[in-house]
Amino acid sequence: MESKNYKIISENVNAYFGKIHALKNISLSIPTKSVVAIIGPSGCGKSTFLRSLNRMHEMTPNSKITGKILVDNINIYDIDAVLLRKKVGMIFQKPNPFPTMSIFDNVAAGLRMNGMKNKKKLTEIVEKSLQQAALWDEVKDSLSKSGVSLSGGQQQRLCIARTLAVNPEVILMDEPASALDPISTAKIEELIYELKKDYTIAIVTHNMQQAARVSDYTAFFYMGELIEYDITNNIFTMPKKKQTEDYITGRFG
Amino acid sequence: MTRHFEQDLDKLKSNIIKMGSAAEQAIEKSIEAMIAHDKHLAEKIIRDDKEINNMEIVIDKIIIEILALQQPVASDLRFILAASKINNDLERIGDHAVNLAQSALKLLDMTIPLPSFEEIKNMANITKKMLSNALDSFVHGDAKIGEEVLQMDDTADNLNKKIGQEMLVIMKSNPKTIDQALELIRVSRNLERVADLATNIAEEVVFIAKAKVVKHHAADVVNQ
Repeated sequence: MESKNYKIISENVNAYFGKIHALKNISLSIPTKSVVAIIGPSGCGKSTFLRSLNRMHEMTPNSKITGKILVDNINIYDIDAVLLRKKVGMIFQKPNPFPTMSIFDNVAAGLRMNGMKNKKKLTEIVEKSLQQAALWDEVKDSLSKSGVSLSGGQQQRLCIARTLAVNPEVILMDEPASALDPISTAKIEELIYELKKDYTIAIVTHNMQQAARVSDYTAFFYMGELIEYDITNNIFTMPKKKQTEDYITGRFG
Repeated sequence: MTRHFEQDLDKLKSNIIKMGSAAEQAIEKSIEAMIAHDKHLAEKIIRDDKEINNMEIVIDKIIIEILALQQPVASDLRFILAASKINNDLERIGDHAVNLAQSALKLLDMTIPLPSFEEIKNMANITKKMLSNALDSFVHGDAKIGEEVLQMDDTADNLNKKIGQEMLVIMKSNPKTIDQALELIRVSRNLERVADLATNIAEEVVFIAKAKVVKHHAADVVNQ
């Protein structure tokens, strides 16, 4: 890949869970304000890699991560985990709004945790975040309703708004649309397209067409190894490695 | 387990091969009809073109279905795109066979022995070989045979020019030959177009096999 401004640089990353060697020497750098899709069969290490980018494994018993992960050229283990996660937000497969909170409070939760008390400022950021997450028009008249009263697709966009509220620079998405219907999926995909103007995004997906539609670069993982990483267009028209070709054309195994 | 998608791709390939064989035969027979002054054979070729046209429609339908239902990528996508273009090329080759058969009918009553007729036969042989090799390269997915076809296209182009120039000289020296010579120029031009279409098919085979676009600059392939 051509030399770029990289938001995230990973070098020789290895992940171990007990005796399992889940990631093997992964070196994968993500250009600033681009979308990288990570694809591969179940158990290939794609989610493990994504989660390692904001230190989600350190609470897992018997886990060990070696190698270097830099965000803005700073080693993520040299900074406070909370600060890191403020900068590197995460969206999960299943929408997980805080069940006891209203729509407004869900979005404001991170800001309040960070000590923000100014109501006017909070309201401003909540509205802006909901707008960025393409949810504002649907919920502006019901901000006090419970977050879980929304549909699955709306809940996922609420979670995206909650992530955007704390002003991250990187958004990690682990199968963000796999539990959603096609219309909600299309909305999330459009949103990703809009968000990459301001954010760097890494998305793990099982849906190959989704990877092709939303990403600028695609990484193919297999059995803990990074097999191929290239411009998405190249991966889906003329992949260089036979394993990639076999996987994306459905001839794997 | 053979996947449903593989069966669709096989179906597409076998239909292209069937159509390729029909187009190749139409060209061969049209040349045969011309050389043997065989009126019935020429008329049969003109009638039978309908079948090639029908095959084109069937293949179009298969391609649309695969694209809509399977969303192919990588080598599958290249194969399907190439098959679509080859389908079009083969239909055009069928049309040129009709043109050649019509020329054969006109030439029935034109019997002045012209020296260039041997070169027409020579050109017909080169064209047939190019077409047959292009189809072979498709059947076997063999880019090497395809690249050999690309190199033969210059020979066909040069022969066409040479025949045109010779006919001009003949027409000037003996105006009685004008009708016959003009018809042979048409024959030569049709054969040259068939050679071009065989080249297109070969280019598509290289695209399928190597993910490389070689059309419009075949020399790059040769010089590698």
